[in-house]
Amino acid sequence: MATAGRSTWTTSAELHERLGAWLRTHLGADARVSELRRLAGGASREMWAFTLQRAEAAPERLVLRRDPPGHVVNTSRGTEQRLLRAAAAAGVPVPAVRFGDDDPAPLGSPFFVMELVPGETIARKLLRDAEFAAARAALPEQLARALAAIHRMDPAVAPELPRPVDQSSAALAEVERQEELFRGIAPDPHPAIELALRWLRARAPQPRRLALVHGDFRLGNVIVGPEGLRAVLDWELAHVGDPLEDLGWLCVRAWRFGNDTLPVAGLCDRERLWRAYEAAGGDAVDPAAARWWEVYGTLKWAVICILQAHTFLAGVRSVELASLGRRICEMELELLDLMEG
Amino acid sequence: MQDRPTAIELLEVVREFFEAEILPTLEGRQRFHGLVAANVLAIVARELALEETQLEAQRERLEALLGVAPASEPCPGLAALRQRVRALEEALAERIRHGDADCGPFADAVRAHVRSTVVEKLAVANPRWTSVG
Repeated sequence: MATAGRSTWTTSAELHERLGAWLRTHLGADARVSELRRLAGGASREMWAFTLQRAEAAPERLVLRRDPPGHVVNTSRGTEQRLLRAAAAAGVPVPAVRFGDDDPAPLGSPFFVMELVPGETIARKLLRDAEFAAARAALPEQLARALAAIHRMDPAVAPELPRPVDQSSAALAEVERQEELFRGIAPDPHPAIELALRWLRARAPQPRRLALVHGDFRLGNVIVGPEGLRAVLDWELAHVGDPLEDLGWLCVRAWRFGNDTLPVAGLCDRERLWRAYEAAGGDAVDPAAARWWEVYGTLKWAVICILQAHTFLAGVRSVELASLGRRICEMELELLDLMEG
Repeated sequence: MQDRPTAIELLEVVREFFEAEILPTLEGRQRFHGLVAANVLAIVARELALEETQLEAQRERLEALLGVAPASEPCPGLAALRQRVRALEEALAERIRHGDADCGPFADAVRAHVRSTVVEKLAVANPRWTSVG
């Protein structure tokens, strides 16, 4: 939503005019914009859907991604664009990038435009609605194939991505990052999280190799049709690390959306994901290391909940942020179970 | 002492009204936040009912676990009891950070206490959330 004090560029009418002008300059005088509307998404990643009409072609539904105007670091959209192009080349299903501009002048901040992939992103619908029954059957192998393809991408496509200092300390470095965040913001003592930090430090696995890691690969961040996976979205948390991190994150209980007995995204058991990942060309999965990354992912989600509660306590009035403070204990019980299991 | 209805009774009737008459009129983002808000009211009602008993149990467990002499007389008032339990939990967190609960009998006792406390938090925050198995 546009907020007071932000640039007037966030208004739909002005963006409509500027985008139209850019398209006429770069695609041809016949280019027309219609049906421009803001899509849901966080403040750090604006998304707009629009229709592009040209004289000789069928209308196309497209998505504009841009940093909010006035954003201090206007580089994240450039990174995302390069990742999407490299992902497409590696065989990961992603929306095709059509065009873009790193110059902030035309639209107020760098932007790019990609195709609009129709489908569903709401996890609860994907896990329950009858129309997605075939998708649920196909998704474990499709998600595994997408992950194997992501992990074959060359991390050098985006040298600016966060990366560990050296391969052997990649897992430990992630724990240290979460611990530092936790120490800085937690308003209450959390013995369960202290136990998990000790457990993780004592058992940090050595990655077999470093790869490009998506960082937030789960239902909610993929577009799915009745036949299955259509596109992998939300590359903001991509970094270089142990590829098993993505497999562990996909198993975190919060992403089962109530289908608690099926650990992989509420869809299937872990072994099925691991075998499908290996069959798709992924590295052989060490079960102990994969479980370590699942514990790490559970800790990470607990720290994110603490961060959201902290944001509320710092003055952002939101019943959703406030309520997340009382979900930390869900992750704490899961951590205790995983450590003892 | 206040007159009836009690705080819990008032919270419950507000939640019932909200769920029966307001929530059905909401859509999209507002409906999602409405569901979250109704859940928050239920959490507060459960906390009012359980807080004192849970805090007393936690204080007793922590004093035994940490070898701290029990307070000579019961903590006067809920606020003091909260403060006492928080201080003991902080002391426990510190012991874990220093590796005292990595293994051995103390570690077993710590894990048992921490699990009990987490289960008590869930009894307020989300009673339906239990171990998967």
